[in-house]
Order: sequence, then C-alpha cells, then structure tokens
Amino acid sequence: MKLSGWGRYPVVDAQVAAPRSTEDVLKLVQQGSAIARGNGRAYGDSAVSASNTIHMKHFNRMLAFDAKSGQLIAEAGVLLADVIEAFLPRGWFPSVTPGTKFVTLGGMIAADVHGKNHHKDGSFGTYVDWIDVVTGDGTVQRCSKAENTKLFEWTIGGMGLTGVVLRAAIRLRPVSSTWIEQRTLVANNIKHVIELFEQSKDATYSVAWIDCLQTGPAMGRSLVMLGEHAEAEANAVAPQYRKLPLQTSVKRKLGIPVDFPSWTLNSLTVRAFNALYYWNGKRKPQQQLVDWDSYFYPLDAILGWNKIYGRRGFAQFQCVIPLIHAEQGLSELLEAIANTGAGSFLAVLKRFGAQESRFSFPMEGYTLALDFSVNAKNLALMNELDKITMRYNGRFYLAKDSRMNRDVFQQAECRADAYKNYRQSEGASAAYSSAQSERLGL
Amino acid sequence: MSKGAVLILGARSDIAMAVAHRFAKAGYDIQLAARNSESLGTDKSDIELRYEVAVTLHSFDALNIGSHERFVDDLPQLPAVAVCAVGYMGQQAENERDVQAAAQVMRSNFEGPASILGVLANRFEQRGSGTLVGISSVAGERGRATNYVYGSAKAGFTAFLSGLRNRLAKRGVHVVTVLPGFVATQMTEGMDLPVKLTAGPNEVADAIARAVKRKKDMIYVKPLWQVIMMIIRNIPERVFKRMKI
Repeated sequence: MKLSGWGRYPVVDAQVAAPRSTEDVLKLVQQGSAIARGNGRAYGDSAVSASNTIHMKHFNRMLAFDAKSGQLIAEAGVLLADVIEAFLPRGWFPSVTPGTKFVTLGGMIAADVHGKNHHKDGSFGTYVDWIDVVTGDGTVQRCSKAENTKLFEWTIGGMGLTGVVLRAAIRLRPVSSTWIEQRTLVANNIKHVIELFEQSKDATYSVAWIDCLQTGPAMGRSLVMLGEHAEAEANAVAPQYRKLPLQTSVKRKLGIPVDFPSWTLNSLTVRAFNALYYWNGKRKPQQQLVDWDSYFYPLDAILGWNKIYGRRGFAQFQCVIPLIHAEQGLSELLEAIANTGAGSFLAVLKRFGAQESRFSFPMEGYTLALDFSVNAKNLALMNELDKITMRYNGRFYLAKDSRMNRDVFQQAECRADAYKNYRQSEGASAAYSSAQSERLGL
Repeated sequence: MSKGAVLILGARSDIAMAVAHRFAKAGYDIQLAARNSESLGTDKSDIELRYEVAVTLHSFDALNIGSHERFVDDLPQLPAVAVCAVGYMGQQAENERDVQAAAQVMRSNFEGPASILGVLANRFEQRGSGTLVGISSVAGERGRATNYVYGSAKAGFTAFLSGLRNRLAKRGVHVVTVLPGFVATQMTEGMDLPVKLTAGPNEVADAIARAVKRKKDMIYVKPLWQVIMMIIRNIPERVFKRMKI
C-alpha cells in the first residue's frame, strides 16, 4: 500500500503487516529490513520500510499502573491521547509530551521526543524505566539503565533501528489540575526572544512562536509562551472549575475534509496569518488560564491539518543550534527563509537544556521548527538551511526529516558511525531499516 | 457505582473488544467470555486501567451447548446487557466439499449463539429486564453463491433474534439485531473491501451502544447498507440466480 508519514511526503509503496502477537512480530523481523510503525506521526519516512513495515496498532493495551510512583506499563502502540484520557482525571500527566497527543509510546521512545519543558525536565527518555525490545537476533530483551544498558541507550532516540519496542514502563507526573497558567511575552526580535528564554529558565514550560517573514530590525519577532500547571488549591483555577479541577472535557474537533488547493498557501496568506497571530497575541492579556488540550495540543483540534498543504504534502525542517552560536545561527536561518518569502504557518522556537544521549536529537541550545509545502523552491531552501545548521555545528531531528541528503547528514551527525557500528555488532543492520535509514546511510 | 455488567460472548474478536471498551467507558463492569479466556489477561488489565471498572474472564465454548446453563450460573452477576459476537466465516469452497466444515460454520453462527442467548433470555425474562444483542450479518438477508453456508446460518440467527424479540417485547427484555455489513477486522484482513461500505470495529461498537440505549430493534452500521440490502432482497429470484454478486 501507499505509505507516508504525517507530511505525506515522500509516498512509498510499502508492504505493511499488523501483527497481533509477539510470535507474529518475531516472524516478520526474520524477513529483515523491518521497521516498526506507530500512529504515523513522524513527518517523513522514519516509520516506512518498502519491504517490511510492522504496524503496531494491535499492541495497544495498558498493562499496569502504580499510583505511588506514577509508573505506567503499556504496550508500544498505546496512544498518548489514551494515556491522558485515562490518567489525567486521576491526577497524572505525561512527564514529557510532544506537540501532538496522537503519538504512540513506541514512537515517543524511538524519537526520544521533547516537549516545552525540555530545558527543565529533559526528553521523554528520562522517564522511561525499562523497554522490551525485539532485537536484531530475533529475541525479546528487557533493557533499562541497569540491564542491557547499551540497548536501552541506543533504543531511546534510535529511530526504531535497534529493534521493535513491544512494551515499556514510563513515569507520569502528578498534577492537581488540568489547567495551565500561561504567560505570554512579546519579543521584538531574535536577540530579544533569546533574552526572554534565558530569563525564563525557571518556567516549567516555554516555547515561542516566531513570525518568520519579518526582516530587518523586527526579524525574529515572536510571542514567548510560558506555562505552569495550575494548582487546584490555589486561586489560579477559574472558580467554575475549582470543584472539578481534574475534569477533562471533550472538545469538538474540527476536521479538514479535503486537500487545500496549493495556491491557498502563498506568501500573502502566510504573511497575513502571521501578522494576525502576532497582533492577536500582543493584544491578549499577558496572563491567562488555558485548558491542557489547547495549551499542549493546539493543532490536534484540527484533525487532518496536514491537508492544508495540499496534495503534494509538506516537509518540516527542525534543527538545533548550540547555545553559543544561537543568535547568529538563528538569524542566518531566519534571513534565508524571509529572503525566499516561503514562510511557514508555524515556526516554533524552543530552548533546549543540556542532554547527554547516544543518538537523541536534543542538545543544549535553540531548536527551530518550520513547515514548508513541498515544491522545488522550498526543497532548495531547506538544503540551504541544512548548510547553515552545519556551519554552526547544529543537529537535525530525524522524526521530522523526509528529504535530507545523505552527505549532509553524514557530515553533520558525528554519532552516525558509532550507531552504525553498534547496529552491525548487534545484527540489527540487516534486521532493521527504514526508508529514512537507507536514504541517510545509517 | 457500577451500572451493572455487560457480558461479551466471543470476546476475542475485534468487534467484541471494541464493544467491551465502549460499555466500560460508560461505566459498566465487563464480563469477557471466550475459549481460553485466561489469554485475555492483557485486555482485562487494559480495560480496568482505562475505565476503572471490574473485568472478569469466563471460559465459554459456544459449540458446547450442554455447558451453557452452567456458564450463566457461574457468572458473578446476571448481566444487564449481553452481546453475542460469536461467529465464524469459514471458506465457502471448503464448505461445499466438506460437510463437517459446513456444519461447523452453521453451528458457530446459529446453533451456538441461539443456544446461549436462549438461556440468557429465560433468565432476563424471569428478572423482567435486560438487553440481548445478537451480531448477525447482512449475508443472512439473501443466500449468495459466494457465502451461502455462512449466510444461511446468519439468516437462521436473524430469524431467531426476531422471534425472541417478539416473545419478550412485553416482558421488559429488549433484543437488538445488528447487521454490521463489512467491518475491517481480523476476520476480513486482506480482503479488498470498499471503503465507503466498511465500518471500523469502533463504529460498530458505537452503533450497538446507541441501539441499546434507544431500544432499537434492528440496526445496520452504515446506513447505505439498508438501501443496498433492500435492493438485493427485492431482485426477483429468476434474475438473482443468474447474477454474480
């Protein structure tokens, strides 16, 4: 069947099987070139193997929960949305969440996802206690910080290339309400936004939306949004919710029924949207109470939002620039984008904290993420952005990548050789590969 | 406070599991009945964790009709709702060659389900309340060359349910007949089904929950099936017998 990631580019004609038992998974793995797929929310071809894609949708059961430690044991295909639905009303929330709740546990481990609290709490992998993995030799192995350490470390952030995650134990964090106190700060330019981030390191959550079409002195103007879990006891929660601080209401979802024609997204509409968003944010009160769903998952309210980029799909560019080069690197990236006028609806900037890991994306610095519809001009622009990132010793997020060129990746990712060697030594090279790993030579 | 229990017969199927989730979400305790019920342990923990209801597992063999009275006696409580998702499609070609295989399909889709629902019907009647849900099939609306063994058993089951409904209508017991049409499940995996006519297991579960709540008698999951089956039922036999459908 035709298979792609969330960006709907590239589209690969792929063999997909959806096993129902561990034995079925083992049989599939024996065929080689396997890659596990969760809910297909990686943007590109990370979870696509032309010959052997293993869809984990039937591994969707929660197995145990310890209400003392917040440890949840669940199968790899369980959706984060289901975890929240089950446990937020009981006062538990994911320790780390990406910008969509429609991701699976296995996918979050494979991409070692980060959230708006990375600067403070680290990545998802920090809250994984153990993982059961089908490895290169076709056996199921439990790994953790204490046993099978290497497998554990490479599996977190390893993009599914160490094996198939069957189940894992993760830790949730206790919260006393479902509400977030949000504070919005306005930054006039890139220097200012970095200043604001550096001053806000104590905030639990922080993220900035950048108007990426501004040039000159206003380049990098943005809205920095800080957030804290509202305490139920404090007067932070609006009176009407104080009685039921953990109630999670079901909001009406909006759907995008058809592909937007490609002309609807041009520099004019993007410019207008960005300006509106900025002035709207500036006008609103600095401090407000926001429900968890709108705060963490604004785009999830529009099901199928990937269709606004039209039939040809879209690509996301996400890199991280090390702290010392942040201002310079980000300026160059924004300048290159503004020059082509190929702005993206959603340009997101975020401060990362320090992270030591085998192959995960985050490192201390600033990460910038942008969407572009797929066309020759934008693909050329993204190649340009790759080069700028490399010049500043930056790194690329593979969960978002769908188009990077092998040479660029090999040059930019100094950990690629170590990963290749590890995979070779564990028999994982032949057993596991994705369209992405083949494209990038992993 | 629990709302009582929902018994799911043939709990291993995708539709059955979706129905279990749907009723657990609404606050019912769940009784999962299937052969080798102990292997449903992960489903039990999953439903308990998600919805904070009690889930019990019960060994049940639809074909062993002698055990059905005892099976109901052994349930922790007489359920408020019983959903029978027992069924087995088999292979038409094999059913034509092998009478044993054909009998197996007939018994799995008619004799077994009718027997257990008959036992439950008597208990519900005695209590004066309850809902019985039988998952039958559009295949039972008219016999076709491609699957008439399965279809004829489902036709029998549909007629049984309609008779049961007629008998219990004034006794406080409601009977729902479900004709799902195509459903994307393990049973139909690999078949090339038309997207617009194919429901997901969750859609079937939602439709069943709605039908139980609103006391519907007979439901198709996708409304288009009602039109299609009306047409198929009304084609004259002398035309129908020459058709390839």
